[in-house]
Amino acid sequence: MRRLLNRSAGRLSRHRRGPLAGLVVVLLGLALSGGLYAAFSPSSSADSADDQATMAAKGRQLFLVSCATCHGQNGEGITTQDGDILGPTLAGVGAAAVDFQVGTGRMPAVQPGPQVEKKQNIFSQDEIDELAAYVASLAPGPSIPTEADYSTAGLSDEEKKEAVVRGGQIFLTNCTACHNFTGAGGAMPRGGFAPKLLDTDPKYIYEAMLTGPQSMDTFSNGNLSPEEKRDVIAYIQSMKEQPGYGGFGLGSLGPVSEGLFAWIVGIGVLVGFATWIAAHTTRTLKKKGQAQ
Amino acid sequence: MTATESNHEGGHELNAHTDALLPDPGRHEHEWRPTDVNPHAERRAERQVAVLFGLSMICTVLFVVAYVTLKTGVDGQIVMGLGASNVCLGLALGGAFLFIGIGVIQWARKLMWDVELVEERHPASSSEEDRAKFAGILDSALNESGIGRRPLLRNTLLGSIGLLAAPLVVMLRDLGPLPGDKLKHTVWTAGMRVVRDVVGTPIRPADLEIGDLVNAEPEIIFGTSNGTALPADQVLEGAELEDARAKAATVLLRMDPSDIIPGPGRENWDVDGIVAYSKICTHVGCPISLNERTTHHLLCPCHQSTFDLADSGKVVFGPAGRHLPQLPLGVDSDGYLVARSDYPEPVGPSFWERDTKHVGDMGEAEIPEINS
Repeated sequence: MRRLLNRSAGRLSRHRRGPLAGLVVVLLGLALSGGLYAAFSPSSSADSADDQATMAAKGRQLFLVSCATCHGQNGEGITTQDGDILGPTLAGVGAAAVDFQVGTGRMPAVQPGPQVEKKQNIFSQDEIDELAAYVASLAPGPSIPTEADYSTAGLSDEEKKEAVVRGGQIFLTNCTACHNFTGAGGAMPRGGFAPKLLDTDPKYIYEAMLTGPQSMDTFSNGNLSPEEKRDVIAYIQSMKEQPGYGGFGLGSLGPVSEGLFAWIVGIGVLVGFATWIAAHTTRTLKKKGQAQ
Repeated sequence: MTATESNHEGGHELNAHTDALLPDPGRHEHEWRPTDVNPHAERRAERQVAVLFGLSMICTVLFVVAYVTLKTGVDGQIVMGLGASNVCLGLALGGAFLFIGIGVIQWARKLMWDVELVEERHPASSSEEDRAKFAGILDSALNESGIGRRPLLRNTLLGSIGLLAAPLVVMLRDLGPLPGDKLKHTVWTAGMRVVRDVVGTPIRPADLEIGDLVNAEPEIIFGTSNGTALPADQVLEGAELEDARAKAATVLLRMDPSDIIPGPGRENWDVDGIVAYSKICTHVGCPISLNERTTHHLLCPCHQSTFDLADSGKVVFGPAGRHLPQLPLGVDSDGYLVARSDYPEPVGPSFWERDTKHVGDMGEAEIPEINS
């Protein structure tokens, strides 16, 4: 490669007419391409591209401090010598994944484990956006959804009802296996768990469907259309508004928690009560007719 | 007192032999309760029981009041995040029963008749006298009915009773008809489009990204064929539709093609890393879609059977005895995912006549490609 460059440079040098000709050609070329760019590209997009570049540059600084230890200096991922993945590659995960992982406090992770858990988020939304811009600049990936994507605010009452019904059917088909019929979450293999959905911000639910955090499957826009995702979120929101009609939900986790409660608390109380009855003697050493 | 003692002594005769070996130690002296010896304690216990029964009455009255006054239903009153009516009715009725129960226990322990009692076991057989009397009745009944003297009547009676078994045997037919080969087939056929469950939209391979999971059904469930409505007589309805939907349920997963370890003869059953497996667990038939994207392991929530979808649906954990049936996929001329055949083996749990074949022994190589 270098030999090739040297050879073409040599050929150029044989034909040059003056010592500054090369410089003039380069400057002309730069001016021409810059002028053409300015002439043909709308100024706003130039600005936003500029913004994106600045944000990505700022995001890279944050990334080097907070993320590079596990994900590598260029987000390429790090595999340990034992073959364990310390942090996966971030090429192609997109801005949505960053906004979800950092926004919910899951990233930066404190330690490796079966599952990285939700915790207090330490970044401002601006910083998250900068990080997201940097990671999105690595490779194309899903972008952060806007409120219009996951909100049913613009719909009529009738359309909202339809959205909840359709979303409910999609939820029951695709989500309940892990997240439970009531969205209360559930256990997963090897110490993992599917989190509770009812307290999750709609934006993060949308991003989780889009990007499949940790061991969750992805539901890309080709899989579940944006409207279908919105409907699922509408259904989850509608579940929150339903009052409990009686009894204790016990986390709504189904037979496991209910069985534990019945066996330990229910039968335990009965056994304790029976023991208490039998333990307290009703007998006395006094005889009938004895003086008090 | 004397009655129980004489009972005890009377029963003693039967156990003369064992009593000679190990003499009856008799009963220990009766210990009195405070309520038997102290009239104050007795009156106090009586009051306690009455108060408990009184509390039960209050609870019952509260139940009626709550039933009449509290609003139920979707816009009912709420207390502690729960429906007020349910909470109050439950607590009041529970209290009413509980206080009666506690009162009765207190009554029995403190106040009811309290003596030690011995009841000897009766011999199992009746007395000789009773047995002779019964034999006499039976004999005279046989004589009076003349069943021994009239064999024609006896035999026709026995015959008519014996024939009554026939309706029982004939009605066994209602358990049928025999399933035939229904257990071995689903509604999937060669060239039938794979569509998303619930919405019924067909799927292009390019729609799916690596890591996408789709709960899919055959297109016939939604009454269409290649996007056009089926004639009315071919549309599945009612129980037939639900049967077909339950048996044909399919999980579609797109993974990195390099992750797939195809079984022999199954090398071309995926489309660019999209694989399709039956959603019905081979253990007892629960629907499975609890998938881990990172490991391609599909886990059944009922008994934790785990199948590796990158490796012909092999069982990697749990009680399932056989791999998940795989659906060979192809692409039709419109670019949509289609099945290249029905499931080549029965879906769902094992049954008596089911073949036990290994992955690669199901005539896989014979499944033709779809012409696109």
